[in-house]
Amino acid sequence: MKDLRIWGLKKSPWVYHLAAASCNNCDIEILELLTPRYDVERFGAVLVGSPRHADALLVTGVINRKSLPRVLEVYQQTPKPCLVIAIGTCACNCHIFRNSYNAVGPYDKYIPVHAYIPGCPPKPEAMILGVVKALSKL
Amino acid sequence: MSEEIKNQRIVPIGPYHPLQEEPEFFKLIVEGEKVVDLEIHLGYNHRGHEFISPELTYEQIPFLVERICGICSNSHPLACVLAIEDCVGIKLPARANYIRSIIHELERIHSHLLWVGLAGHFIGYNTVWMWAWRYREHILEVFEMITGNRNHYAANKPGGVRWDVKPEQVPMIEAALDLVEKKTMMLTKAVLDDPVIRARLEGVGILTREQAIAWSVVGPTARASGVDIDVRRDDPHCAYDQVPWNVIVLPEGDVFAKAKVRLLEIFESIKIIRGCLKDLSDGPIEISIDEVPPGEGIGRTEAPRGEVFHYIRSDGTNRPLRHKIRAPSYMNIASNVVAVRGGSIADAALTLAAVDPCYCCTERMAAFEDGKLKFSGKELLRLSWERTERLRERFKR
Amino acid sequence: MNESLKLLIERFPQAGVFEKNPRRLYIKIPRAELTAVAKFLHNERGMRLSICTGIDTREGFEILYHFSEDKTGIIYTIKVLVPKDDPQVDSLGPWFPAAQWIEREMHELLGVNFTGHPNLMPLLTSDTDWEPERKPLRRDYEQRSDIHERGN
Repeated sequence: MKDLRIWGLKKSPWVYHLAAASCNNCDIEILELLTPRYDVERFGAVLVGSPRHADALLVTGVINRKSLPRVLEVYQQTPKPCLVIAIGTCACNCHIFRNSYNAVGPYDKYIPVHAYIPGCPPKPEAMILGVVKALSKL
Repeated sequence: MSEEIKNQRIVPIGPYHPLQEEPEFFKLIVEGEKVVDLEIHLGYNHRGHEFISPELTYEQIPFLVERICGICSNSHPLACVLAIEDCVGIKLPARANYIRSIIHELERIHSHLLWVGLAGHFIGYNTVWMWAWRYREHILEVFEMITGNRNHYAANKPGGVRWDVKPEQVPMIEAALDLVEKKTMMLTKAVLDDPVIRARLEGVGILTREQAIAWSVVGPTARASGVDIDVRRDDPHCAYDQVPWNVIVLPEGDVFAKAKVRLLEIFESIKIIRGCLKDLSDGPIEISIDEVPPGEGIGRTEAPRGEVFHYIRSDGTNRPLRHKIRAPSYMNIASNVVAVRGGSIADAALTLAAVDPCYCCTERMAAFEDGKLKFSGKELLRLSWERTERLRERFKR
Repeated sequence: MNESLKLLIERFPQAGVFEKNPRRLYIKIPRAELTAVAKFLHNERGMRLSICTGIDTREGFEILYHFSEDKTGIIYTIKVLVPKDDPQVDSLGPWFPAAQWIEREMHELLGVNFTGHPNLMPLLTSDTDWEPERKPLRRDYEQRSDIHERGN
């Protein structure tokens, strides 16, 4: 059963986008993956509206104190196995906000992260490459 | 109130708005089908820029403030360096000013197209979304050509600009402008002539002129309510007083007026860029600033969302004593409290998005009646789409 | 001289004006005159409140109110000095909705009390993971060393 789920995940990953205290640049680049220029839907990747339907979490932003409980709750709601992909330098290592009183990230302090795609913001091509690499490791 | 939040299940909303997912960010208090009040809960994006800024030097700060917002990532550095230059009291070379205006207006075009796309997605016209974002890509390519990055291009520095517009790049900029102008014209006609879109947007979320003044709103939100303000004209900076262009003001105050203002501003921006490219003279693109004397400076510019305001207090060292940052959405989002009242729940999602919120986020909304969760955010979006469908049926007959 | 500035000086002789440049005026006023000056600038002269800034200085808390006269492009920055042992000032919130959010922010990040504010609740900081006594914009704010270890 697990192999079937992994196969489904690899063939058509349903991704849920979660941003916690981000500047939204990475988030817009993620949305741009859906637009005609990059069009990830031809790979079967679909952006879903609920973490309960998600195979992969695309996480962005440096988490802040108010968002942290919500981030943890979303992660708990996502059925496992789930791939967590940290997009953007903020999600990888807090970036320029590491000295802020309100920033408590990065994500790998609280949830397991499977792939890191640095960049501010990473190019859409880099994001596609990162997601494909993460999937191929499954 | 915190007990209520703990008891409600968190149903995250999908990415109809590219901002983060937070629960109960906008709490609509409803009675039946009407929205009677709105509670706004902020703080999910607060990263403490004003706390970090005094630790950085004046050269480093534009890189920090660029990352306040990803969509208007040029407006904050521009206002910030204008504040530093106001404190020092210098005039820039002409070429630097013209390049600043070109980059700033390119940003306005791509930001307005982004909003138009999202507004289309909100009301169920996904084709508008795809078209608007597709032609936005051409502007991002121009940015990549000039500065090396699609967003967060760090074009401004205290004393000038960091990237020059080379003569061989000008034909590509002009080609992109011609294409975007043609496609925006097509999009504008399609949007403004569509009876369903008009029925959906007209009369929705009205912010009266008196309310706009009492809440000190800025940008297209104010100009769509008849308040004739634009920092580019009122407090001239860069090259805005050197090229001819118009301020778009409409009196109705509803979401349709806001959409029209933004679409028409795209054409004005194209006009400004063409004027700047024509008058671009040779010369240096920067002057060096040796030190920032003790004192204070204020810099402001017209971001796509309105006036962005930066204040710097200097104590003579190479780091500021205090750096105050105010994004335009700070004033605009607060005014939603009056704009949504009396409207239906389906229209509330649209009204909240109509101010084109940036810095703070609007994506997460829920409607409550008698303290109980009635509609989650995803359902609000579905209500909006259903309403559009009903209007489509009505107009077909 | 600008018309609004002339009337301001006539009406409030205690105001100390510093003209940094033709479009940036900085005007010091006593704390007690704040509401009257703000009403004059907004209600009578039609100025828009851009934002307020709170600064922790040696002399006390300086609260700056930045009013924009859009017709002329001039920014009138009203400065009020508030002593640290009595950090309060009249709120503009009851009659001026535009000031409500920034006063809440200054209250939670700097620690100045705005008397008469309709809802002086925190605006930005966390409701579960933050002590309200901590004021990050004060000069004596101590960044705790465990700040990056917290997370639950």
